[in-house]
Amino acid sequence: MSSTPVLRPPAGAPHAQILGVGGYRPARIVRNEEIAPRIDSSDQWIRERSGIAERRWADPHETVAAMGAAAAEKALAQSGVTARQLGCVVVATSTHFRQLPAVATDLAHRVGAVNAAAFDLSAACAGFSHGLALAADMVRGGSAEHVLLVGSERMSDLIDHDDRGTSFLFADGAGAVVVGPSRTPGIGPVVWGADGSQSDVITQSASWQDLRTDRSLRFPALTMQGQTVFRWAVYEMAKAARQALDAAGITAADLAAFVPHQANLRIVEALAKALQLPGRVAVARDVQHAANTSAASIPLAMERMLASGEAPRGGLALTIGFGAGLSYAAQVVVLP
Amino acid sequence: MSVTPQAIIEAGLVQIVREIADRPTVAVRSDTSFADDLDIDSLTLIELVVAVEERFAVTIPDDRVRDLRTIGDVVDHVLGAV
Repeated sequence: MSSTPVLRPPAGAPHAQILGVGGYRPARIVRNEEIAPRIDSSDQWIRERSGIAERRWADPHETVAAMGAAAAEKALAQSGVTARQLGCVVVATSTHFRQLPAVATDLAHRVGAVNAAAFDLSAACAGFSHGLALAADMVRGGSAEHVLLVGSERMSDLIDHDDRGTSFLFADGAGAVVVGPSRTPGIGPVVWGADGSQSDVITQSASWQDLRTDRSLRFPALTMQGQTVFRWAVYEMAKAARQALDAAGITAADLAAFVPHQANLRIVEALAKALQLPGRVAVARDVQHAANTSAASIPLAMERMLASGEAPRGGLALTIGFGAGLSYAAQVVVLP
Repeated sequence: MSVTPQAIIEAGLVQIVREIADRPTVAVRSDTSFADDLDIDSLTLIELVVAVEERFAVTIPDDRVRDLRTIGDVVDHVLGAV
């Protein structure tokens, strides 16, 4: 009688960390003055409601794959990891307008990640933070020694340019990180969740199926209940952010930086106030120049803070992504 | 002279408005409009609503917030809820 053989368990690294970060900002700068007339608004009105002065909108050649690959090349260069060493490529995006195949396979091909699995992740503005949790678990679990995580968005394709509630808020760009093994913990426990009872708060005006059956429909666009999102993003996300600090075993006093999803400067400032962050903690305000780039916003903001010296390499950063779903994920990381 | 619940709520609300809108000396009356008189926009109104909820232990759902146009509207809502 033969017994069933015991499977060899997966074995990964003891810890994971972000090894490098990179960003891609589209060439075309769109200032408030360009947008304001179409929504019967002004530069001052937009700044007061969002803190946004300008944003980047991608040209046709700056695709989700092309922007993501450009950001990925920078993250790889900073990390010292080669594309051939990547075991997985994850792309967080809401603006890759194909049901199949995933844009991640194209992106992996573009950067030469010939040994990598590749798939997309759908968690809207919280996509990067969800991906960071997956990447850390893959490295620690042994599924991949190095993971390329990319957030890449062309939100300008998804917004209603006549909607004065959203058209000035969203923009395009890509950010990427390489996650790999570490001797010490570089990515803290994730605190995440979802509330499907509020799935209509940020959504698409019509489904692709609706569009197929009713040819009179306009191309679907993002819709958002601003006040509901603001209340949730500030007061519920402050709770989640505090839980992420507790889960990592640190306090706000230990932080060097706070890098929340760059939804709106009003949300960023209100969150920082609710968390009672010490004044020396650098707060990401990339939204002023990049607007809301959804899944790309956290790595883009992180890259800017590190490049400018605003946040120190090796310092602790509290990150939190939140958005449509509603969905959110928060974790403390060691800055690369 | 007795102090009415309405007066207590109004006084608390004035304090909240002064803090949230960062206008420490602003004078408000029952018919003072958030948008027209206090320059409080839709997001600041949410901050004010949350402060009111915490102070008076009431709930003001999002679908009721859009009906709140004046100081008196908030006082009425709190009075009706407590």
